Amino acid sequence: MQNFRYLENVTTLELDIEKCIGCGMCEIVCPHTVFKVEKPKAAIADRDACMECGACATNCPVAAINVTPGVGCASYIIQTWIKGKDAVIECC
Amino acid sequence: MKELPLKKLNTDRETKDCCSNNSQNTECKPELQPIGIPMAKPIEDDAPCCGPKPGPPSSPFEKPGYRMWHFVADFTTTPVGKVPRIDTTLKIQDFAGTLRARLGILRDRYRVAPGLYSVGRPTAESPVLVTANYKLSFDSLRRELASIDAWILVLDTRGVNVWCAAGKRTFSAEEVIRQVNLIGLERLVCHRELILPQLGAPGVSSQAVKKGCGFKVVWGPIRAKDLKNFLNNRCRTEAATRQLSFTIAERTVLIPVELSLIVKPSLAILLAVFLLSGIGPEIFSFSAAWIRGLNGAVAYLFGVLAGAIIVPILLPWLPMRRFYIKGILTGLVAGIFVVLLVGGTMSRLESLTLLLITAAVSSYAAMNFTGATPYTSPSGVEKEMRQGIPIQIIAVVAAVIAWVAAPFVN
Repeated sequence: MQNFRYLENVTTLELDIEKCIGCGMCEIVCPHTVFKVEKPKAAIADRDACMECGACATNCPVAAINVTPGVGCASYIIQTWIKGKDAVIECC
Repeated sequence: MKELPLKKLNTDRETKDCCSNNSQNTECKPELQPIGIPMAKPIEDDAPCCGPKPGPPSSPFEKPGYRMWHFVADFTTTPVGKVPRIDTTLKIQDFAGTLRARLGILRDRYRVAPGLYSVGRPTAESPVLVTANYKLSFDSLRRELASIDAWILVLDTRGVNVWCAAGKRTFSAEEVIRQVNLIGLERLVCHRELILPQLGAPGVSSQAVKKGCGFKVVWGPIRAKDLKNFLNNRCRTEAATRQLSFTIAERTVLIPVELSLIVKPSLAILLAVFLLSGIGPEIFSFSAAWIRGLNGAVAYLFGVLAGAIIVPILLPWLPMRRFYIKGILTGLVAGIFVVLLVGGTMSRLESLTLLLITAAVSSYAAMNFTGATPYTSPSGVEKEMRQGIPIQIIAVVAAVIAWVAAPFVN
């Protein structure tokens, strides 16, 4: 996956190091090795590899991770522009 | 979910509480046996008859009103009822089904019934593997399970694969809990673990599953082919099995579905191209609509080819990270081919217009491929669209004006 890099400095990923308990769940579920647990806490090792899938935030037991998850799909985004973010969108 | 009459589900034998405190492993194993049901007698070969030979007798597992899948070998009796035992080899029907689904034909109906399946001869200690009810997901799992004894829990993801279903939240903690309770999984296995594919993690909170049904989620490898190693390694994964890949083969199989999605809008666009091509000094000319329209159609189709086929194939080798720019690049190359191919009969303005159309269409089609890749973040896609779409709109408007104006200029 290292051949595939997308835009830099766009991800909404945030890790609240204060809350982190270093359980390593984020490192396990992330499909892009964004996190590295360096005892006793997790750290964001490769921020720009994040695709905002939300696996880490969904599975963090102490809600230390924040990311706006979504579908990285052009036709989906066009529909959110037209219908608004909260509309029911059938796509992808 | 709690009001479902779980305990009243059909059980063929008395349910043993296999997880009582003093139970030993030997007691933990409910008797799981395939059911022996006599088959109808086959017709003797020398029986007098006319016409072609009759087929084999009906399987004893067939029931009126239900159609049995070819991959069901037989049924195992368990404390939670009869569970189908499935084959791990794919047959010609499976490959045909895969091909159909990959072409986008009735893809949303290519699904198996959600619920419990078994593979090999699983016992109360065997692992429970969770997957989606898209037949392709189900097939890619079972084909890797030769010589493995396991239970398979298929979630109702509305016929969508694990990754996309997790994104749509149909591969979710709620659905895992619902299925576990519906089946009465706690009466089938004595452990309390579910192995989920890692790509289901965006939709499933492991804490919520634990809270909702008492089962612990163990995140398995991304690819089913790594499952055997995973199970043999006591459910530990190697780093490589946790990372996504996007090989040329993985990209290429996505192309037909992407194309099938743009067939309908393409027909409308091509109609518009032919209509616009007929406009001229004599108001509307059918011969111009046909001749110039064909050229316009070629430019459009080359744009689709460049953006929806060439970009996915050459993705890692094309310069620039933004997909709309990758599409412009392949579109310009394709546009030059269009001009060489049909430009001989056209004015310079018309040739330039064709080049513009090809590049714009390619740019848009390439941008749409972001939805099929496993590495583009929505924030990134939105950012590039804010740049790309205005450029594409300007190009198309300019192209339409130039195309309509060309006959008057000449």
